[in-house]
Amino acid sequence: MQLVLEKRAERSNTIALVSPLIAIGLTIVTMAILFAILGKNPLLALHAYFIAPLTDGYSLQEIAVKATPLVMIAIGLSLCYLANAWNIGAEGQFLIGAVAGSWIAVKTQGTDAGVWVLPAMFVLAAAAGALYALIPAICKVKFGASEILTSLMLVYVADLFLDYLVRGPWRDPQGFNFPTTAEFDPVATVPLLIEGGRLHLGSIIVLLVVAAAAILLGRTIKGFEIRVVGAAPRAARFGGFNSDQLIILTFAVSGALAGLAGIIEVAGPVGHLQPGISPGYGFTAIIVAFLGRLNPLGILIAGLFLALTFIGGEQAQIAMKIPLDVTKVFQGILLFYVLACDSLILYRFKLVVPNRQVARGTG
Amino acid sequence: MELAEAIILAVLAASTPLLIAATGELVTERSGVLNLGVEGMMIVGAACGFAGAWLTGSIFIGALFGIAAGTLMSLIFALMALGLAVNQVATGLALTILGVGLSGLIGAGFVGERITPAVHLTIPGLTDIPLIGRVLFGEDAFVYFSIALIIGVWWFLYRSRAGLILRACGDNHVSAHALGYPVLRIRTFAVMFGGACAGLAGAYLPLAYTPFFIPGMTAGRGWIALALVVFSSWRPGRLVVGAYLFGAVTILQLHAQGWGVGIPSQFMSALPYLATVTVLVLLSRTRTGGSTAPAALGTVFVPDR
Repeated sequence: MQLVLEKRAERSNTIALVSPLIAIGLTIVTMAILFAILGKNPLLALHAYFIAPLTDGYSLQEIAVKATPLVMIAIGLSLCYLANAWNIGAEGQFLIGAVAGSWIAVKTQGTDAGVWVLPAMFVLAAAAGALYALIPAICKVKFGASEILTSLMLVYVADLFLDYLVRGPWRDPQGFNFPTTAEFDPVATVPLLIEGGRLHLGSIIVLLVVAAAAILLGRTIKGFEIRVVGAAPRAARFGGFNSDQLIILTFAVSGALAGLAGIIEVAGPVGHLQPGISPGYGFTAIIVAFLGRLNPLGILIAGLFLALTFIGGEQAQIAMKIPLDVTKVFQGILLFYVLACDSLILYRFKLVVPNRQVARGTG
Repeated sequence: MELAEAIILAVLAASTPLLIAATGELVTERSGVLNLGVEGMMIVGAACGFAGAWLTGSIFIGALFGIAAGTLMSLIFALMALGLAVNQVATGLALTILGVGLSGLIGAGFVGERITPAVHLTIPGLTDIPLIGRVLFGEDAFVYFSIALIIGVWWFLYRSRAGLILRACGDNHVSAHALGYPVLRIRTFAVMFGGACAGLAGAYLPLAYTPFFIPGMTAGRGWIALALVVFSSWRPGRLVVGAYLFGAVTILQLHAQGWGVGIPSQFMSALPYLATVTVLVLLSRTRTGGSTAPAALGTVFVPDR
């Protein structure tokens, strides 16, 4: 007997709905095994990861703060992936956005610049992120160069550029030689929603972005074009949709959102520009996009869930000395299960008994 | 003279992991599978390779650990992309994310430890020849192995029947299947070969290049290896040229930093990545008469029965 994959006559909507839940369930079981291997009590570890952060107000706010960049980047990436354009360099676009926005903050430092500073930082960060994302998009459309590789290479370049700025021209003279800019002025800082809390304006902005994406994909011709170009390229060509133009558009939008997420992170929770402002948001957002089934509302939920794993991972490290890398392993395993479960939407397993007579050609 | 020799030696050392990893990926891609997880397989190979060498005191066993780790990682990929017909791009990304986490977990206990790196060949008389002696007769085993590997792969792909069948799977899996070849099994072997090479390439870094392990020590080499396969137009001969060119860029920027060229070090460090982008653009543009990529590269195959 043999287990083989067989294409379903039509996609299974039931599995489409429950597959992320199955994936999360399988991941949690796998993690429990991993914790046991590491010599930790699996139940306590899972509690520290997934339950403990939900039980106090500070952690809940922190989850929303961490989810903000993840969701914002993932919304942009989902547009790319729907159009079958593979932007995997969001981490670089995030960093370049952070750098570009910080430029205004650094240059206006100590002057009596007005309330225009923060909006200007947002606009510049989004523009820089979009331009940075356009490099791989144009290389793809004009020269046919793989956007996967070029967008990823530019992550390393952005990282080094940021490193140069904060160790060189932008370093805080009073910063004891640490590679960081000075703390941003209040006008260059994202306002908090609750005095003394952690929630900031970025969380409102990201909700607007989710709503805008839902409208774009569900209610507009452009959104329809994006989905058709990705799902049925041939039909899209007959329909006269320009796939090159859509690659440019989706990369630009996704770069702008990643750049905006970058400056919100720097001018919000971090407060200054320094290396290591991102614990890999641009890469984790890829998982968020897939876990959320490339659907805006799904991405919002998936972003909150992955933010929970970041916070849970930090708490588990403090409380149980579980290494932080476990969070990355968790995220990788989760993406595997999500992809595997998604496969069952289109295919199903079938037990086949090889018929020897047929195989010999006599049947 | 001495400087020239030192530079050539350094270029060879920097190129070897790229060459080994890219050779494996070349075979994988010629069978029609795009495994973007090279970086993930390499970094796990680096962590396991170092762990193996540190625990046993043997570089050889360390290398075997690296190969085994890379192969195991590639089997996860094969299960997903071939067994479950999942999108290969997404699966490869997942493999890299998982690999980075796993290597941190495995390698955490070994950070700060040192081992005796792989010994270099010495043949009295020959190794002492000025300029070329150490380059030709004074390398470590990995360097010689990488050259044997690429020659072997060239012979396999173009001179053996099995290689012809593998290329057939990569160019047209439907026809290969119709002729009765087990496309998915052949591809699984190709993916495993790619994983073994990536694991070995990763293990080379802590076993021969630097005698210690640091998290993230592959620093994008897996992605550069992927770009090299594109650069080579999927041909082994051009792959060798590409790997040594990239090794040269890496070493030249290091030396330029040492000579105190008035350019910030970060810009020099960015050179290999920028070179990759430039090469991809130039190459894709000058290529005429359609792509040289295996025609079925990256496409899902589910045999109909």
